Amino acid sequence: MNDGSVSAAPRTAAIVWQLATVVDVIMETPTARTIILDVPHWPGHRAGQHVDVRLTAEDGYQAQRSYSIASAPQDPRIALTIERLDAGEVSPYLTEVLAIGDRLELRGPIGGYFVWDAAREGPLLLVAGGSGIVPLMAMLRHRAAALEHADMPARHKVPARLLYSSRAWDDTIYRDELARLMAGDDALDVMLTFTREPPLRWTGFRRRIDRMMLAEVAWPPAERPHVFVCGPTPFVEVAASALVELGHDPALVKTERFGPTGGSV
Amino acid sequence: MDVTSETRLDGNAAAGILSELFVPDLTTARATCIGCGANRPLGALMVYASGMGTVMRCPTCDAVLLRIARMPTRLCLDLTGAKLIVVGT
Repeated sequence: MNDGSVSAAPRTAAIVWQLATVVDVIMETPTARTIILDVPHWPGHRAGQHVDVRLTAEDGYQAQRSYSIASAPQDPRIALTIERLDAGEVSPYLTEVLAIGDRLELRGPIGGYFVWDAAREGPLLLVAGGSGIVPLMAMLRHRAAALEHADMPARHKVPARLLYSSRAWDDTIYRDELARLMAGDDALDVMLTFTREPPLRWTGFRRRIDRMMLAEVAWPPAERPHVFVCGPTPFVEVAASALVELGHDPALVKTERFGPTGGSV
Repeated sequence: MDVTSETRLDGNAAAGILSELFVPDLTTARATCIGCGANRPLGALMVYASGMGTVMRCPTCDAVLLRIARMPTRLCLDLTGAKLIVVGT
């Protein structure tokens, strides 16, 4: 059975907690911030993997969350883009308090299932809801870096489409970089949909992702695109079931649900 | 949609806690469900997680394949519902 798994050397060492240092912070939207980390013993990661972050209070209380890696494997520094959850226990600290020079306890990279490698040919379909864009951005950055010097036929062997749903233009993470990536690559399409406030004179989608939209955006199932869906749990379930109803092989539709607290285990 | 389905995550979300028990990445290993015989990567199972532990269920029949309970000084793993786990291809 072809489940589209990427083959990679098996991990041979345990994943351990280590201290990373914040080397830069970037405001992406009013509620999302990217933290760039230097991790001394980083073994390298694959696009789509995540890290676990652990915060310890003075009284010893610990809170742990999982965050997707936003940077490409080609980038030696690790970027995490974190959306602030208003009632969150961890994200307000990471998005508002943590500063350059601070240290953070993390372990990773984690998870070999929701990953994509540019060496795998064939269409790549990415479906993002809100901050679900983060691991998918790692895939697009990875693809862009891998194809940096590629000619047009090589690009068209790994065509990519991103369908990205956000509430409003101001909430759209990486919007300038996505526009730049698309402008320089005719094998990449980025389609946005806005669920609350589309920009003025917006002529694109302006509703939640549904089956009709996916049918319009996705390659036909016969082309067997590799599909990655990431976002809040209800978003992922709607998009993934619609794709399977449209005839996509469930084994090629990989999902990453954020859950209510950003995927803490 | 009920409360439980809102908190559902993918098998990938259990990769961290599984890494405390196994060196190879178990989310790409294939597991056979004891309930219905469905065979899929652990990353494609459903995860229900809380501070006390992690439960991994079959998306086909909802049977529990794997439970991990976290206690102050130990982790307990119950694999009763996974008939077979295959690591590697």
